Amino acid sequence: MDRRTWYFVIAGLIVALLFAVVVSQFASDDPDGLEYVAEQQGFLDTAEDHSLGDAPLADYGGNLGGSDRMNTAIAGIAGVAVTLAAGWGLFWLARRSGLGATSEPKDG
Amino acid sequence: MHIPDGFINGTTSAAAGVVAAGGVGAALRQTGRYLNERQVPLAGLVAAFVFAAQMFNFPVLGGMSGHLLGGVLAAVLVGPWAGLLIITVVLLVQAVLFADGGLSALGLSTINMGFIGAMLGYLIYRVVLRVTSRATNGVAVAAGFAAFLSVPLAAMGFVVQFAIGGVAASSTGTVLTAMLGTHLLIGVGEGILTALVIGAVMASRPDLVYGVPRYQGNRTEALV
Repeated sequence: MDRRTWYFVIAGLIVALLFAVVVSQFASDDPDGLEYVAEQQGFLDTAEDHSLGDAPLADYGGNLGGSDRMNTAIAGIAGVAVTLAAGWGLFWLARRSGLGATSEPKDG
Repeated sequence: MHIPDGFINGTTSAAAGVVAAGGVGAALRQTGRYLNERQVPLAGLVAAFVFAAQMFNFPVLGGMSGHLLGGVLAAVLVGPWAGLLIITVVLLVQAVLFADGGLSALGLSTINMGFIGAMLGYLIYRVVLRVTSRATNGVAVAAGFAAFLSVPLAAMGFVVQFAIGGVAASSTGTVLTAMLGTHLLIGVGEGILTALVIGAVMASRPDLVYGVPRYQGNRTEALV
């Protein structure tokens, strides 16, 4: 892959980290659209507790025990790293494993 | 927009899981066919970016917030099938690592945000692009408009699921009105964010944007 595209990926990752670590600190705590409607329409209480709700990063770091700011930052960095790795790995596998391979050249 | 466990009954959730798994399998075959080498890290980046952007809930009206769904954003950048896969990866990581969105509801959410948000959203983008392609920033404007529409459409996906398998006795009609009204507002945020990001990429590396017809070359795909 050419150098300019690598630069683009790195620059994009820096922006993603800025969102996950800094901008996320200013996120609204109000319920999102679905939660809001569920409460208004009286079916929010049919929601069950999440089966992985005790995991360390559950609720974006809520169980980490540090300050809110630090928990959100750690959750943001972890989430960006895992989604990057999972996305990259999945697409790499899809291309390499010959899934959907045809006789056409792939780098057309 | 992440559905918790319990809103929709087990049968409906399981059926949605089967449908979603089938779609993801098809998407893996399709992306294996059309993604070129440099789009692989790009797809990873888009997944990370959508995750990061979803951490920012923006205030909407008094007492409600919204966040980016990112389906149209991902599909315009790397293609609709890849967009579906990216949304699926983000939903999986959010449900497993962050307890955001129920595990049993993963299929339901993948249909709403992936099938509807990314793939139907991309179809709308291509239709709108026919009108805006000659205008300055036509790609960003078309993406923004499709992103705006994708949010109430994804919300309608939930309403259909609620009508089929909703556990509560709430009237489908009032849930529909409430979901449509709130998500039309949230869609405005989706449209603005998507247009800004696509505009920024178009200004720096338009050759990396899948949804630009002249760069698509002979990379054909089944959807459009």
